[in-house]
Amino acid sequence: MAEIRIEHLHKAFGDFAAVRDSTFSVRDGDFFCLLGPSGCGKTTTLRMIAGLELPTSGRILLGDEDVTFKRASQRDIAFVFQLFALYPHMNVRANIAYPLRSQGMLRHDVQTRVEEAARILRIQHLLDRSVSGLSSGDRQRVALGRAIVREPMAFLLDEPLGALDTEFREVMCGELRALHDRLKATTVYVTHDQLEAMAMADTIALMNRGVIEQLGTPQDIYDRPASMFVADFIGSPPMSFLPFRGSVVPGDRSVRVDSVDIALPEVREGSADTELVLGVRPEHIELSDDAPLRAEVVDAEYMGTTQIVTLNTATGTSMKARIQAHIHVRPGESTGLKFRPGQLSLFDGVSGRALRTALHDGDAHG
Amino acid sequence: MTVMRMAELVMEGVTKRFGATVAIADLTLTVGDGEFLVLLGPTGAGKTTTLRLVAGLEGPDVGRVLLAGRDVTPEPPAARDTTFVFQQYSLYPHLTVYDNLAFPLRSPARRVPEGKIRTRVLEIAQLLHIEDKLANRATQLSGGQMQRVAIGRALVRRPSIYLMDEPLSSLDAKLRAEMRVELKRIQRELGATILYVTHDQTEAMTMATHIGVLDQGRLVQIGSPREIYADPINTYVAMRLGSPAINLVPRRLYPNVEAPAAAETIGVRTEHVRIRKSANGGAVGRVKWIEHLGDQNHLHVTIADTDVVTLCDRDAGVVVGDAVDVELTAPLFFAANGERVRAN
Repeated sequence: MAEIRIEHLHKAFGDFAAVRDSTFSVRDGDFFCLLGPSGCGKTTTLRMIAGLELPTSGRILLGDEDVTFKRASQRDIAFVFQLFALYPHMNVRANIAYPLRSQGMLRHDVQTRVEEAARILRIQHLLDRSVSGLSSGDRQRVALGRAIVREPMAFLLDEPLGALDTEFREVMCGELRALHDRLKATTVYVTHDQLEAMAMADTIALMNRGVIEQLGTPQDIYDRPASMFVADFIGSPPMSFLPFRGSVVPGDRSVRVDSVDIALPEVREGSADTELVLGVRPEHIELSDDAPLRAEVVDAEYMGTTQIVTLNTATGTSMKARIQAHIHVRPGESTGLKFRPGQLSLFDGVSGRALRTALHDGDAHG
Repeated sequence: MTVMRMAELVMEGVTKRFGATVAIADLTLTVGDGEFLVLLGPTGAGKTTTLRLVAGLEGPDVGRVLLAGRDVTPEPPAARDTTFVFQQYSLYPHLTVYDNLAFPLRSPARRVPEGKIRTRVLEIAQLLHIEDKLANRATQLSGGQMQRVAIGRALVRRPSIYLMDEPLSSLDAKLRAEMRVELKRIQRELGATILYVTHDQTEAMTMATHIGVLDQGRLVQIGSPREIYADPINTYVAMRLGSPAINLVPRRLYPNVEAPAAAETIGVRTEHVRIRKSANGGAVGRVKWIEHLGDQNHLHVTIADTDVVTLCDRDAGVVVGDAVDVELTAPLFFAANGERVRAN
């Protein structure tokens, strides 16, 4: 098992920079998610780590070894794709054994390793079955088996759950994380699905247009988004944005939005008079009849435990609140909005960048 | 917007077999006028077959289908007053959005005057917020806009019932969330009657006025989302709704909980599990994993060999490895065969 270090990695396809000057480390044993929309450079980054793509410049270190220009087969890593490419004419056992056989490992040792991999994935009962009759979940387990049987230094997974339906994906998320906890293998996982990343990752690198917009724990990224892009990409429903015109100076504890004073974490970084944006997570909104900030209820979506209320403020901004399911709300009715002051984000509306507030106190990266 | 005419769908004792497979077994169902009924079930539960039976694309082996009080069982699809929206939106790529929307009305059989078509198309485009896209070709639209046009093409007609087969499943998560709200708004504004099938419980919970849960061709339970969530009649229904899924724990882990004699399994929703760090009273579990989902934390606790998932306050101060008491505040009881048993 090993640490992966990426230094000033750059990849251009013609005039298009797919990955721009990317530097980050994946700690030994970390479950690391490269997350972002399609075209953000996450798969290109992964393919460079795997050796399937050569960087235009920069270095990749696996353990202490510089593998930047090594062939994929010479890197001690295993790759799992979205479309599980299994050999249809072989049974499950032969599919899992294949990477070891091709290395020339002794038959007896292969047997032991395959049994062990199957035990970890709980597919022992499928070993002698043909892969063609398997469900999509079991096929993906076999593909994972083929990766873990090699006991590589690192696993690279490219949207391995992308082809599964929603409910099954949730089950597989739990399984993958449990598998990681048993193997403790360094894992780099690429996905565009923020829920998968939030549910499984120790560390998330959220990419946008070839650069990492933010790198941190899921909770950190959720609570302290570095930009409006991050705030909007993470969360279901995402953060709501209340735009307003104004300026802030360090020490401010409130801002004025639609002629209403709204308390927020103490401002640490000032701004000139400009377009500012207040960011509010759905669970930090409370409906309160007497609150001065007014909105109309557009819709209430019952989710069992909670409900998601779509609101339209007096100035026409759409917001989403997550409140308890038993509270009665009806489309068309007017309500007041109260926000949990300690949790609000403040953004520069032009650059989209978060302004520092007390929310970021103790944050090492500043 | 013009008022829709009264529409009601009734299916009476409908059975449909394909060879030896019973796709639909003795299905009796009413979709009232203006109702948004969602049939929820996994692949193979009989959802699409049900829609096809209503549309007339399949004929039942037994039973009747009534639309607005009229028995349409022997009638071909064209004679029935229904409109179908499919999962894969198929628009005419060479036509503009306007012409795509107008297409169903221009059918020679209908002979709608062009002026009327124009009014109707504009009305629907406004409702769907695509009025500025009417001159675009279908291929110049985003996925969400294309699906809106596809739904719009169904809406320009005024059938007694709209049949929708997973119309949102090809959209990405964010767009799907937006379209859920849209579709519900449109349904409300039109007063449309909709029979909608999906395997996605979130769609069912958030849009339906009533949910029917299907299991292998049988309608297991029907009711409002709240009724089905709070009062499931068996473990199958209990498991199909709620995210995270309901916890099912063996009765023997909670000898002190008062339960009906036949109870073998206790079902408890994540919001009805209370965790305390000190050990007395409830079963003792160990925190296995804390899932930080941003707005919620899911605490995975192992009790004996059973995993229980609970919502947890972010500042509860519980860490992995802690021993905790697990108290169940609103338990439901199920017999060994999965059927609900109620306390007397």
